[in-house]
Amino acid sequence: MIKLQNVEKVYRTSSIETLALNNINIDVKKGEFVSIMGPSGCGKSTLLNIIGLLDAPSKGQIEIDGSPVERYTDKHLAELRNRKLGFIFQSFHLINDLSVIDNVEIPLLYRNTSAKQRRELAQEALEKVGLSNRMKHFPKQLSGGQKQRVAIARAIVGKPEIILADEPTGNLDSAMGNEILGILQKLNTDGATIVMVTHDEAMAKKTDRLIRLFDGTQVS
Amino acid sequence: MLTNYIKIAWKVLLRHPFYTFITLFGITLTLTVLMVVTSFLDHLFGAHYPEEKRSRSLYIATLIQTDSANTTMSSGPASFEFLKKYAKTLKTAERVSVMNNFGFSNAYVNGKRIKLNTKYTDVEFWSVTDFEFLEGKPYDETNIRNADHVAVITDALRDQYFGFDGESVVGKTIDIENINYRVIGVVKGSPPTRVYTYSDVYFPYTAPKSNYEEKGMRGRFVAIVLAKNPADLPAIQAEFDSHIARIPRSEYSDNNRFNVLIVKADTYFDHFLSMFTRSDKDRIALYAIVGLVLLMIMGLPAVNLVNVNVSRILERASEIGVRKAFGAPAKALLWQFIIENIFITFIGGAFALILTFAVIQFINASGWIAYADLTINLPVFLISILVCLVFGLLSGVLPAFRMSRLKIAEALKV
Ligand SMILES: Nc1ncnc2c1ncn2[C@@H]1O[C@H](COP(=O)(O)OP(=O)(O)OP(=O)(O)O)[C@@H](O)[C@H]1O
Ligand SMILES: [Mg+2]
Repeated sequence: MIKLQNVEKVYRTSSIETLALNNINIDVKKGEFVSIMGPSGCGKSTLLNIIGLLDAPSKGQIEIDGSPVERYTDKHLAELRNRKLGFIFQSFHLINDLSVIDNVEIPLLYRNTSAKQRRELAQEALEKVGLSNRMKHFPKQLSGGQKQRVAIARAIVGKPEIILADEPTGNLDSAMGNEILGILQKLNTDGATIVMVTHDEAMAKKTDRLIRLFDGTQVS
Repeated sequence: MLTNYIKIAWKVLLRHPFYTFITLFGITLTLTVLMVVTSFLDHLFGAHYPEEKRSRSLYIATLIQTDSANTTMSSGPASFEFLKKYAKTLKTAERVSVMNNFGFSNAYVNGKRIKLNTKYTDVEFWSVTDFEFLEGKPYDETNIRNADHVAVITDALRDQYFGFDGESVVGKTIDIENINYRVIGVVKGSPPTRVYTYSDVYFPYTAPKSNYEEKGMRGRFVAIVLAKNPADLPAIQAEFDSHIARIPRSEYSDNNRFNVLIVKADTYFDHFLSMFTRSDKDRIALYAIVGLVLLMIMGLPAVNLVNVNVSRILERASEIGVRKAFGAPAKALLWQFIIENIFITFIGGAFALILTFAVIQFINASGWIAYADLTINLPVFLISILVCLVFGLLSGVLPAFRMSRLKIAEALKV
């Protein structure tokens, strides 16, 4: 489903060059739940961003469903992100000025969906994460766990095939973290392909496959 | 989608009351200035009482004699004879009225002098214009033929001369420079900015001191040519041009001083412009200057707004990152920020509209222009909306462009 070949990422600033990823080869199969682990600064977020088409690699190739994405235009990439990918971030990245339901609807704004349909799909997604009673709230009125569940609802509202999560439980206590993991596992059994960055060994053990990074290099 | 953008725009406004105040203050002030100016221009050039048919009227007001090298020139209004011969005879026109340019006179009430503007006109004057008769009626062909000493006066003069007591003044006499005229009608006065129709008192052109029998081409008269509909104007202009072209040089050469005669039947606005600009080149320069001034008036607050917007990009970075991550194309974001700006501008526009209304009421009431009738009418309102839009775009496009280009991974880091 997602295939990375010889991917390399170099960050260049005026004074220093950082090799954040070095010769990465990954093949995520459809329906897999893959986790990425490694010490802080080893390149996990960078890797996930590249998988999610949020950032371009300096070298190497990415294929989605067998077709390389390097030739895609910005517009096409946007469409691909919209249709196929759903993101969950460690710091939630909810839009504070919008209500819960408006936040969840965001991915649907960029497709041909009627306002009524958007509302219905967003409600459905919020029900899946158990937050249908908080639709009119604003992010500031929610706890961390609730925010992350809103973020998950937003990631799944467009029914993407792939969910990418960067430390989704990093800002939550372990009970809340387990609950979030439970939701992700449920989504996975329902057919979603999931790639998750985590710091938590116990969580990683519950996934199908573990990729370990060390200093930008894949060690397993 | 749109409601989503507007919701955000509204929240962004509420989040920073101080910035919002400064921004709206700038927008409102700018738009108020522009709207008052627009309203004033409309007052000057639009079709208003008593020249409500301006859109299908042509003005023949200046006659220019010059030589091909443009070294000497003589210009001014035409004579009655000239206009009678070349304008009154236009076959493509519905009506042609001839009136003198302006004149002054004095009347005395109880030994106190009243300074008067006087105007000598033909009968057509009253059909080409739209004067409202408060009482009586205009003079007719018989009055003209008999050179009757009759006059139509304005309500202001009536009140000044006769004192306002609600009594009819038709049939009473008014003494103007030792000649007694019989008042046959009273009209609602017009603002002095309607330069060719404004007066305090109107006489038949055959009345004393009109100088309508003056010989020569130049004189003190102007003509308003009324077309059946605006589409006929070019045909009338062409016919008039051909009339002028047939005038033999000997008639205007003035002992070989001149070999070019320019007399145009222009729309009011063109006529006004031609007073300042003789050639197309001048005209382009004038437009350029006016455009530049407008751009300055609108540009400075717009630049300020751009500044505020750009410096607030960081604050919106996470939102931009999220939207892009979930598939917003750059174009959609561009639109979002443009729409936000237009929304803010329109709020400013609404304030400006209220303020403009107040300013206009003030001008009208101040007596600064007699009979001032400045209005926010539909054209003025539409132009104001257009101005708002241009302003919104002017101040929104650059920041929007910057924002939509933000790299996703970078945007999400903040
Ligand atoms: N925009 C950037 N410019 C320069 N260097 C960067 C940039 N982003 C990341 N890096 C560097 O790339 C390396 C990998 O960063 P990355 O954020 O992928 O780490 P991470 O594994 O996600 O760390 P953490 O667990 O703390 O989130 C780090 O050394 C970091 O300093
Ligand atoms: Mg990270």
